[in-house]
Amino acid sequence: MRKVWDLIGGVHPPENKHQSVQSCIGTLPLPEKLIIPLNQHIGAPPKLLVAEGDSVLKGQVLAEPNGMVSAGIHAPTSGIISEISAHSIPHPSGMAARCITLVPDGHDRWADIKGVENYREHSPEELLDVIRQAGIVGLGGGGFPTAVKLGTQQSISTLIINSSECEPYITADDMLIREHAKDIVEGIKILSFILGEPEEILIGIEDNKPEAYEALEPYLQDTNIELVEFTTRYPSGGEKQLIQILTGKEVPNGGLPADIGIVCQNIGTTYAVQRAIQQGEPLISRVTTVTGNACETNKNYLVLIGTPISHLLEHSGFDQSKCPRLIMGGPMMGFTLEDLNIPVIKTTNCILAPTGEELPTPPPAQPCIRCGMCAEACPASLLPQQLFWHAQSHNYEHLEAHNLFDCIECGACSYVCPSNIPLVQYYRAAKGEIRKLSLEKINSDRARERFEFQKTRKEKEEAGKAVKREARKKAAEQARAKKANNPSGNTETSPADDIIKAAMARAEAQKASPQEQRAKLERGIVRAESHLESVQKRLNTLEQDATEKQREQALAALEDAQLRLKDAQQKLADLTLPSDTNVSNTEKTVMEKSQASPREALEKKIATLKERIVITLKKIAEADDESLKTALQNGLEKQQTKLKDTEQQLAETPAQTNESTTTPETENAAAAAIARAQAKAADQASMSDEDKLKATVESLQNRLIKAQEKLASAESEGSEHIDAFRSGVEKLQAKLTAAEAQLAQETQ
Amino acid sequence: MYDIIAQYPLSAALVALTGLSVVFGAVLGYAAIKFKVEGDPIVEQIDKLLPQTQCGQCGYPGCRPYAEAIANGDTINKCPPGGQTTINAIADLLDVEAPSLDEEHGEESDVKTVAYIREDECIGCTKCIQACPVDAILGAAKLMHTVIVSECTGCDLCVEPCPVDCIDMLPVAKGPGDWKWDMPATTEEQIKNLHSHDIIATDQNNNDNGKQDGGNAS
Ligand code: SF4
Ligand code: SF4
Ligand code: SF4
Ligand code: SF4
Repeated sequence: MRKVWDLIGGVHPPENKHQSVQSCIGTLPLPEKLIIPLNQHIGAPPKLLVAEGDSVLKGQVLAEPNGMVSAGIHAPTSGIISEISAHSIPHPSGMAARCITLVPDGHDRWADIKGVENYREHSPEELLDVIRQAGIVGLGGGGFPTAVKLGTQQSISTLIINSSECEPYITADDMLIREHAKDIVEGIKILSFILGEPEEILIGIEDNKPEAYEALEPYLQDTNIELVEFTTRYPSGGEKQLIQILTGKEVPNGGLPADIGIVCQNIGTTYAVQRAIQQGEPLISRVTTVTGNACETNKNYLVLIGTPISHLLEHSGFDQSKCPRLIMGGPMMGFTLEDLNIPVIKTTNCILAPTGEELPTPPPAQPCIRCGMCAEACPASLLPQQLFWHAQSHNYEHLEAHNLFDCIECGACSYVCPSNIPLVQYYRAAKGEIRKLSLEKINSDRARERFEFQKTRKEKEEAGKAVKREARKKAAEQARAKKANNPSGNTETSPADDIIKAAMARAEAQKASPQEQRAKLERGIVRAESHLESVQKRLNTLEQDATEKQREQALAALEDAQLRLKDAQQKLADLTLPSDTNVSNTEKTVMEKSQASPREALEKKIATLKERIVITLKKIAEADDESLKTALQNGLEKQQTKLKDTEQQLAETPAQTNESTTTPETENAAAAAIARAQAKAADQASMSDEDKLKATVESLQNRLIKAQEKLASAESEGSEHIDAFRSGVEKLQAKLTAAEAQLAQETQ
Repeated sequence: MYDIIAQYPLSAALVALTGLSVVFGAVLGYAAIKFKVEGDPIVEQIDKLLPQTQCGQCGYPGCRPYAEAIANGDTINKCPPGGQTTINAIADLLDVEAPSLDEEHGEESDVKTVAYIREDECIGCTKCIQACPVDAILGAAKLMHTVIVSECTGCDLCVEPCPVDCIDMLPVAKGPGDWKWDMPATTEEQIKNLHSHDIIATDQNNNDNGKQDGGNAS
């Protein structure tokens, strides 16, 4: 006999297992519909492969594993996918999640499936892939994908098969062993092969299942598989607890059994692996215990995954009036179900329908009397009483220091507590809070990083701009200095500076010697006239046999020459006009431009463009030559598109109001938004609800007016975004009406 | 050697002790410099506790500036996104009494929201991008913009600048994965929810025949 260690702590609640082992595993007629949740395991949800309306065969893949830790799901019977939508799932939250609804066609036709003939001729990797594709997960309750657990990189010396089934009422594994011992042993051999034949293979079983023990024994002759029986005590079926009982080893804090060379598998999983490898059958059904005094028949069923609980209960003579709460799982670790339409999933080992007397509601909790019974019962050697105090005061640091996360939530402490304190619920809640906080921490760290990054980026941009500005200023200074030394010298400066300087130079020159200037301009006119003449001549000679391109060039040259002449004449006229200011036109424009806000500049640009268009139109009307006309028309089109662009730009440049003139648009948008938000928050704080509503209405009104203005201007300009603006206005209107209605209600 | 020690025991002891103190002094001094522990400056520690929503509701342009302000003596109850949890954590760190949230800066809300741009209505003005403190908006001029949900802190700053009002703050959808157990009801609440036959005489006045509250493990 092998030495077995004692379970640390533990309790022995009434077993209540006899009720459901009286008859063999039963089957049920097909339900009206099967509801198959996409995510029935720990890890990433699988990738959907079917759509609503598809007809599927039994065993067909509905969703394939997506990523490393994931498991696929398969059609439990043949039929039609009627719906893929949110449906409540077996989860303590009672929440809904994505489910596939399958309406069976009644034929139960299998898809083409084929097992692996001799698994020993395949590599462990190939077998692991078969297990993965078959959607097998830990059936003991964890739901962790089996292929991942078996694919461990550590060298494994011990394989432990868990058939302890320590929780009261549940007999699914017991019955499975009694009826399928041979297949189970076959499955254990496959697991052993995949793990590279570990030295030890142990099946752990409690001594309250003698029938299962006897059923297994004959198949273990001539194998190295050892069947180990130990005293019944809850929770011997916990993974770490079972390892401790069978080997005396402890799994390190925060570690995995694989770290000490052990892999643990539930016996139901073993059976599923055998089916998948040798028959090619994916995981589409499982054995589930239906028990409790509110059901007439207590027995185990081979249930298709996705069968609604109501279907199971219907065939068990369930009396709802006798059952104050329906439990999925056992009385120690299970959770209450609110909805009878919840389906059975891969990890559902028991549906417990107890009567009120059978499992009474715990009486109200009383103060802790510090008896220490909880610490004695705890199989994880924790101090439940201390954890309870810290959980109550939300002292997460101390909770973690007391190894809260080693708690397996077995409920042994709550079970023994004479004050009826629901201890395990405190631990569950505290764990959830700590997990949530650490997640928030990760998110906030990332947000901080991104915020700091943006800040440095903006600073860099700003610094770059400052450097450029500095350089420009320096250059201007240099130029000025140079000019002071050498007034006639040409300097290299930015274009705007150039123009201003040139204009100033011209003005000076004008002032200095108008005579000279005049003569110069007259000479210019003569030159321009002769140039024009020559161009005209060239055009005339081309007339007969020129290509289109040449003609165009010539025409352009003509135009250019004409302009130049006009320019020169204009200048002369300007000069002859008595001018009391020595600032030239160019200078004026440049100065105006540099002073004008972006919006004014744009408006000015539009005005000049419009003028130019008018002139061009006139020219077209006057032109008698056909080719000249086309050239002019081309120009006109270009001017028009430019005008449109500029108008567009104008529409996007916000009208400057008094407050925002000081805000350079791009850089301080964020700051401005923050300021606005602050002002809003500050205002709201000092207001009553009604005032707040009023303020909302007011701000909405303002926004509406703004939006309407924008719309009007967009309409007048024929902007392409009219629709967007219009819907914006409509939305605002709707919001405003709603707010006003609320306000009206409030004031009543 | 021994003779000298035997002859002048007092001086020998003095010399030995002085020598020892010099040696240990040198070793300790060296260790103090070599293995100096860099303390986490208080601003860093406070900043770590703030939610990093970067919304500016506290009156400072971001969480870090507020952390600096706290380090310089500002009150610790100005951050609505962090709410009471953050206030408690900072109070714990600074070892002061935890005040309740200053309503002047906004109210705490337990629904986390993220921005959502109705993409077919976006005109590509880039205004929201400029307002987002964590670069959570993706887009370019005149092109459709969108929010990277995983990066959005729900600070609300992008909603106002949008000229066509196409940004909504939507609550984050919760699935079973985000769910957590609640703390059990207190004894008083439990007694309130009990049936009359379940309670003892002294509890009678609290009885209101409510629904039985199912505990989990017995
Ligand atoms: S629920 Fe946790 S603390 Fe309580 S006995 Fe079980 S392991 Fe120990
Ligand atoms: S068993 Fe209950 S009453 Fe006793 S010490 Fe633990 S929590 Fe307190
Ligand atoms: S109110 Fe809170 S979240 Fe917002 S910027 Fe200030 S510290 Fe950060
Ligand atoms: S997308 Fe909007 S709400 Fe989200 S972080 Fe950026 S500015 Fe804040």
